[in-house]
Amino acid sequence: MNHTEQLTYREAMREAIREAMQQDPSVFLMGEDVGHYGGCYAVSKGLLQEFGESRIVDTPLSESGFVGAGIGAAMGGMRPIVEVMTVNFSLLALDQIVNNAATLRHMSGGQLGVPLVIRMATGSGKQLAAQHSHSLENWYAHVPGIKVLAPATIADARYMLAMALVDPDPVLIFEHVMLYNRKEAVPKADDCPAMDQAVVRQQGSDITLVSYGGSLFKTLAAAEALTEQKISAEVIDLRSLRPLDTQTLFSSVNKTHRLLVVDEGWRTGSLAGEICALVAEHCFWALDAPPQRVCSQEVPIPYPKHLEIAATPQVEHIVTTAKQIVYR
Amino acid sequence: MKTITMPSFGADMEQGKVAEWNIKPGDTVHRGDIIATIETMKGLIDMEVFDDGIVEQLLVQAGSEVPVGEPIATLRLLGEVAVETPQIKTTPVEKSEKPSTPLYANNEADYTTPVSTPPSETTAAISTQPHLETAQQAISLISPAARYQAEQQGFDWRTLPMGTGPNGAIVLADIQRYFQAEKSDLNATTPVKKHTHIEHDENEQKMRQAIAAVVSQSKREIPHYYLNQDISLTHALQWLQHYNETQPPESRLLINALIYCAIAKALQKFPTFNGFFQNNRFQPAEQVHLGNAINLRQGGLMVAAIHNAATLTPVTMMEKLKDQVIRAREGHLTMSEMQDATVTISNLGDRGSDAILGVIFPPQVALIGVGRVREVAWVENHIIKPVTIVSMSLAADHRVTDGHDGARLLSKINKLLQKPEQLT
Repeated sequence: MNHTEQLTYREAMREAIREAMQQDPSVFLMGEDVGHYGGCYAVSKGLLQEFGESRIVDTPLSESGFVGAGIGAAMGGMRPIVEVMTVNFSLLALDQIVNNAATLRHMSGGQLGVPLVIRMATGSGKQLAAQHSHSLENWYAHVPGIKVLAPATIADARYMLAMALVDPDPVLIFEHVMLYNRKEAVPKADDCPAMDQAVVRQQGSDITLVSYGGSLFKTLAAAEALTEQKISAEVIDLRSLRPLDTQTLFSSVNKTHRLLVVDEGWRTGSLAGEICALVAEHCFWALDAPPQRVCSQEVPIPYPKHLEIAATPQVEHIVTTAKQIVYR
Repeated sequence: MKTITMPSFGADMEQGKVAEWNIKPGDTVHRGDIIATIETMKGLIDMEVFDDGIVEQLLVQAGSEVPVGEPIATLRLLGEVAVETPQIKTTPVEKSEKPSTPLYANNEADYTTPVSTPPSETTAAISTQPHLETAQQAISLISPAARYQAEQQGFDWRTLPMGTGPNGAIVLADIQRYFQAEKSDLNATTPVKKHTHIEHDENEQKMRQAIAAVVSQSKREIPHYYLNQDISLTHALQWLQHYNETQPPESRLLINALIYCAIAKALQKFPTFNGFFQNNRFQPAEQVHLGNAINLRQGGLMVAAIHNAATLTPVTMMEKLKDQVIRAREGHLTMSEMQDATVTISNLGDRGSDAILGVIFPPQVALIGVGRVREVAWVENHIIKPVTIVSMSLAADHRVTDGHDGARLLSKINKLLQKPEQLT
């Protein structure tokens, strides 16, 4: 592949699936409308023609059923990729994911494993209202036994899937809906850090901004606005929500002495809250200001555009909060 | 908005007089500017401002006596907007949608309230500001990072004025600025500020009164006892000569640097002479901040603290001494130098007398007097020979220590001066 080639997030994800299926015959994709329709977000467009119906499987509208089938296939030696249309719908498969996929290795004393990858869309911004727009990835990040990834960059969309497939345990990949059309050059696979590593996307010295997924680019834009106001912000992309790369987090906070977490989840019980707690526990003596969070308003995400914007973290809000933290 | 309060220039200071304002409402001030001259028991001290901002109001007139901690002026900080506690906004939507008569003629009178108003607990402004009942706090606020740094430097942050964080909280930048100011003060780049508006005579008289008040209190309250010991400087001078041979003239050390190092190191071993007697009990200080009594040419004296003196080498001690004397005479000591001394040295120098028995500077508990370095007939091993000595005296508070302790302290200083190489 030509490394200066530009891909959209959607194309990068499709390339990742194609590559995995070419390299390993035990890999297959299943989910609602992944075949003939090409995927709800067109990620799997064209794959049915390339790999056929036995490996690109359209399923009935039954999340519990097809996620359960994926778990069974994984236990039986296959490497399934299951696509769930949105995280809201994944709740119908919560029992399969939390009670089965996450537990079987532990309950079987290590005899069974579930090397399953579940991909799903998450987040707001497309005016899809309160049943298609939520960011519930933190619910999964709460559960031991599964790993939770949130690729934000094109490179991560391109290379994280392969790492997830290699993992012997269930891995959930959250794809923010506002990222699918982003386009970037794709670096070499070797340049992509391990999937459980957080990455410092921008170096800074005054404040650490922690983010992931769809909020990353708002956070980077905020960091740029802060630079113009002579505030040097360090931006960390978590990439993995479980496990959390606390080492990268702590060393940044110990350097900047200030923390702001940007998370599209609701504030109460959020991943942002967990990160603030970790920092308070481990970096207390390095803190020069109370850790803060920019999260979504505690409402079901509204349909009207202006309310959807008002309900979710925006650049301006990140900038204002960051300035408060540095007392400017 | 930031309230500027009467600073404390020492544990014994209860009030100060604003002798002169250098600012007026509307003036823009920058951190480090001298905004007022404060008259205290110790004389006149320049008061610095710790923020950038615009003077909003002077709360007291020049000449007013103000207790420590009372507001004397207010400052509007630059970029003030973010500092105000965020108000819970009434959304314009709510206003426009709220007609004088209900739109809906049913019983749900509340219907006009927008349904998208978030539950009340989520609208509570999450702010970086500590929620405080009153502006006057018994405890100072400090961030964990600032506190850690201050403690690492062995510095009592409680003596700092209000910081630049919310509600005057001391933050890391304040601590760093503080130590930086101390460093850059050594270069003394700022021009000499002269108190032209105050009559020189009056100035002198006030300092005389301040000294009178302190020494009267000392002699009234502190039961002094005195000890004296002659110390041979033979070894110290030999070491000094050897050291200075290789140094350019400006880097050469004086014997005082060795003597002060020995005193500081000895005091660290005898903590009952280093600290404060307050509220009927003695509180030892953690570090030795050596108060150096400096004689001012225009009359009177100043005591400037040499911070963490026990950690200094003769070379760094020499630098401190030279620099401090110059600045004290120019009136450029920093606030911390004015207020931090834990013990005092009184040294009359070359033109002084053979020995000095001093008056303790309350609430300290000891004063070490250093006499003139002089040559005497000295008996050692039954032989009389000329030896250069110094008479070192101790005035100590008998409520805290006894003569026996004092003798051990002087003996320790003597021992240290016999092995000057160990002072480096």
